[in-house]
Amino acid sequence: MASLKEMRNRIASVKATQKITKAMQMVAAAKLRRSQDAAEAARPYARRLAAVIANLAAGVSGDGAPAMLAGTGRDDRHLIIVAAADRGLAGGFTSSIVRAAREKIDSLVREGKDVKIICIGKKSTAQLRRLYSDRIVENFDLSAYRQFTLTVAQPIADVVTQLYEAGDVDVVTLFYSRFKSVVQQIPTALQLIPATVDGGGAPAAAQGGAQAVYEYEPSEEAILETLLPRNLTVQILSALLDNMAGFYASQMTAMDNATRNAGDMIKRYTLEYNRSRQAQITKELIEIISGAEAV
Amino acid sequence: MAKLHFSLVAPERELFSAEVDQVDAPGAEGDFGVLPGHAPFMTTLREGRVTVRDGAKVRLFDIQGGFADVGPDGFTILAEHAVEAA
Repeated sequence: MASLKEMRNRIASVKATQKITKAMQMVAAAKLRRSQDAAEAARPYARRLAAVIANLAAGVSGDGAPAMLAGTGRDDRHLIIVAAADRGLAGGFTSSIVRAAREKIDSLVREGKDVKIICIGKKSTAQLRRLYSDRIVENFDLSAYRQFTLTVAQPIADVVTQLYEAGDVDVVTLFYSRFKSVVQQIPTALQLIPATVDGGGAPAAAQGGAQAVYEYEPSEEAILETLLPRNLTVQILSALLDNMAGFYASQMTAMDNATRNAGDMIKRYTLEYNRSRQAQITKELIEIISGAEAV
Repeated sequence: MAKLHFSLVAPERELFSAEVDQVDAPGAEGDFGVLPGHAPFMTTLREGRVTVRDGAKVRLFDIQGGFADVGPDGFTILAEHAVEAA
């Protein structure tokens, strides 16, 4: 049995921990709101750009299509970008992204494909380096940035573009955590190259007949050439923003749990402490009484 | 008179979205103005000033590169970088 002093110390230390987790939870909640706003504000741009590209892509199918849209026609060499958090203490946030990426990487390796990895975020880098240190071609540490803008996403997109244009990769997939709600973040794989014209493709084609013919300045192909790299950057950026919101949501939940656990622990220890204190008092009383009786 | 729906979107946020009378923008191959009912048209943009007119009100935005899409449902500028000019 621990002495009373030891128990007092333990309760004090759990209380101190609880204060920290409580503070972290509140900070995460405040940052979550800000990053959620940022993620939301960036959405119109990404959506419009995707719609425009879908529209263009419907027109420029076949031989004229730029390589980023059409792909190289092979899928032997994959580039996997894993975007996760720079910091920890956010429950299973990074692990769940890394797990999803690992499944994909392992299945590609089993199929005998060549896999390269780009890590974004210190935590994912640390987790992946243990497993695939020879496959990682580049890693980014974004912990210095408090806000994500295009300038943050640009260098990442540049590396991807370089690898692609050098012919080192055929397919590029980005793993990140889609921010669905505060309690739900879904690890998602997003294929960046060849560009997926998701959803937009079918309706655009369906509208095609009724839609007036667009005039392009300069040519359709030239516009696509400039838009596709932009789209790459924007997609990476919106993944990063989603990640950031998801990270804080996840951290908030994790810290909320930790605070509650600490509360339970304090209750348990306090009960135990009071009990042994009472036992000691009773014991002393018995000693005094029996001493008095003996006289 | 019919109005033109114009929105100016930067990567970080939407700067402007409303019904207006006329928008002038700096196209890569020359400045152009868009009135309601403009024919569908797409172009890249160079650095310059976008002028939005609505009645007597005029708002100015400085943009750096980007892309303009005039469609049946309005005019959208996707700017790489945009700020409202004083």
